Amino acid sequence: MSGLTKKIVALAGVSAFVAGNAVAADLTVVSWGGAYTKSQVEAYHKPWMAQSGHSIISEDYGGGIAEIKAQVDAGNVTWDVVDVELSDAIRACDEGLLVEIDHSMLPDSPDGVAAANDFLPGTLHDCAVANIVWSSVYVYDTSKVRNWNAPTSMADFFNTEAYPGKRGMRKSPKVTMEFALIADGVPVSEIYDVLGTEEGIERAFAKLDTIKNDVIWWEAGAQPPQLLADGEVIFTTAWNGRIFNAVAAEDQSFEMVWDGQIYDLDLWVIPKGTKNLEAALDFVKFSTATEQLAAQASWIPYGPARASSVARIGTYHSNASIQMADHMPTAPGNFANALQNDFEFWADNQDDLNERFNAWLAQ
Amino acid sequence: MDAAQPITAADGTPLKKKLAQAMFRSKLRATGLVVPLLAFVLASFVFPILALMWQGVYNNTFERLMPNLTEELRVWDGVSEPTEEMYAMLVADLRQNRADKTIGKVASRVNQELAGTRSLFTSTARKAKKLEPPYKESVIKTKKKWGELKVWQAMKLTNQSLTPGFYATSLDAVQTVDQGFMMKDEKRQIYTKLFVRTLMISGSVMLLCLLLGYPVAYLLATLPLRYSNLLMIMVLLPFWTSLLVRTTAWIAILQSQGVVNDLLVWVGVTGDESRFSLIYNMTGTIIAMTHILLPFMILPLYSVMKTIPPSYMRAARSLGATPTRAFIKVYMPQTVPGIGAGGLLVFILAIGYYITPALVGGQDGQLISNMIAYHMQKSLNWSLAAALGGLLLGGVLVLYWAYDRVIGIDNMKLG
Repeated sequence: MSGLTKKIVALAGVSAFVAGNAVAADLTVVSWGGAYTKSQVEAYHKPWMAQSGHSIISEDYGGGIAEIKAQVDAGNVTWDVVDVELSDAIRACDEGLLVEIDHSMLPDSPDGVAAANDFLPGTLHDCAVANIVWSSVYVYDTSKVRNWNAPTSMADFFNTEAYPGKRGMRKSPKVTMEFALIADGVPVSEIYDVLGTEEGIERAFAKLDTIKNDVIWWEAGAQPPQLLADGEVIFTTAWNGRIFNAVAAEDQSFEMVWDGQIYDLDLWVIPKGTKNLEAALDFVKFSTATEQLAAQASWIPYGPARASSVARIGTYHSNASIQMADHMPTAPGNFANALQNDFEFWADNQDDLNERFNAWLAQ
Repeated sequence: MDAAQPITAADGTPLKKKLAQAMFRSKLRATGLVVPLLAFVLASFVFPILALMWQGVYNNTFERLMPNLTEELRVWDGVSEPTEEMYAMLVADLRQNRADKTIGKVASRVNQELAGTRSLFTSTARKAKKLEPPYKESVIKTKKKWGELKVWQAMKLTNQSLTPGFYATSLDAVQTVDQGFMMKDEKRQIYTKLFVRTLMISGSVMLLCLLLGYPVAYLLATLPLRYSNLLMIMVLLPFWTSLLVRTTAWIAILQSQGVVNDLLVWVGVTGDESRFSLIYNMTGTIIAMTHILLPFMILPLYSVMKTIPPSYMRAARSLGATPTRAFIKVYMPQTVPGIGAGGLLVFILAIGYYITPALVGGQDGQLISNMIAYHMQKSLNWSLAAALGGLLLGGVLVLYWAYDRVIGIDNMKLG
């Protein structure tokens, strides 16, 4: 970015700066909103505020690193801790937008296992500490009477003959293209090898072509449960925690199909230049301790990133008959045909595939 | 009396000079009053727009962060085998960027030119410290891709800070090192299609607004005050309601389980299984945008119609014209300034519309502004967003110019 534009961005940030200064003692924690943020507020924010004496301002966003980049470039960082996806964490870290986090400061597990060994493989990065494992699945509504057999596989999602009707999908090539290949019969272990080739991309688009006219594209995580409840779609892809919440807290009769699920991490990052670095680090340390991660799992079925927390997963906070462990993406019954999102593939190919995906949509 | 003798004021100075002094003072005062506003407009409007336009043609990320390699790439012809010296400079720059934590910026920039190169830069930079001469061999050993000519050509292209590349991309073309500009593969073309679609949708919305707004404005201007006031409130009330509220209201009305479809099924126009798709497509975009922009057509039309004396129509009738003929020959021509103003206003607003198409547009109701927002917020390719915005601005200016030539901007009446 040229110096000229930097100045403009800085100018634009002046008003935000005035507002930001007035609340400098508070920590701004940014996450994805809805049931997910609620689980973090209950499990992390409240106990941390009670313990540290700081207060937290909780903000929602829709993912991506645009806001972090704008704030860091303008030299006016108002977000102190942000919950991001793995590929975004890697990218932002490479671009020098994030504070490096020393893993040795993270607390050991209560059984004395060092943090570095307690966190699941691939969950600790230079600038980011994972808190949960979440998953993209597809869902249907069992309360709507339909004359078909309940779907069981990813192929069923793409089968418009046996399952006629609209489908909801996230408006992004990420996950969507993998789903298409899984449905087309590519084994999950080979998805990214296939998607890395020109033929593989063509194949994924060809599969998506078969349902293109039946798809309603969603962008925010709160949309798919709504679309499904309204009867606007018969199937929709969604994030498993949101669907669980709709079932457990709002009495919807949604059923998830775990076949071909794609799981990913959410991680805490700290934008470089935060005015509350110490408090931010303390919050990250506190919230990724064994008890806190385990406590969050009683609010939403996203898998904790620590082995010691996995062992401590309890029941749903308002209904002791629901064993949260059964609803995790990593539960044995759900994990049979699962794919881990390849962050490196997406960091590399995101721009290109987004462009092709948008062009495909516009055709 | 001598005619050449200048007229003087009481103190003997020529009146002409005196007048000029007085005029200058008042001009100074007037300018003084305008300066704050002018400064505000410059700082908040003209300057940011120019800066953004500048970003659309100027991006010095690569040149700034890879200075040594830039020198080498400048003298390289772009087609011959890269030399050992070039690899050595690459390693030197990668090391520096690794140390400064700026390698991601370089990788992003080159990745915009050639997809799939991001990890090439980040992973090699991680190993750059340990690389030993001969660098050509050791670099290619870390990643085979470094031996490919197209990687180097992409770097040579990103190496030009002042570049037409982003504007080329905005028109679905690519810049190449050796063959000039080429159109992209059919499957990757998107922006020209979206520009055309944006113009078509804006045009349809404008026409629909005119068709729906003209009778309403006519009623507003001709009905007795008590009815026209009520009608005016009905026009203004939605105008004052939040854009988001109106858009989401349309979702509730038009969705397949919504009011309109329920009604149609109940009446028996369509079956329960074959409900109409009225939203999440182009139809939805046009309906919602027409509704939202309608007041911008009605109000200028109304303000023009209000000034047309009813006696003109009566005169035409008394001279033997039928009502239709009188309307077409006498009334309509007088409303042209209102049609022009309303049409231009609706069209220009529609061309930059963003929220409504994003919410109700689905896949074929998206406009070019949605792509601009996407590149600003998601892909972070601000240069491309600036180029797309520049083209949109240029397009609007051309239309404005054409309008001025055909109808004349002086004929426009906004109220």
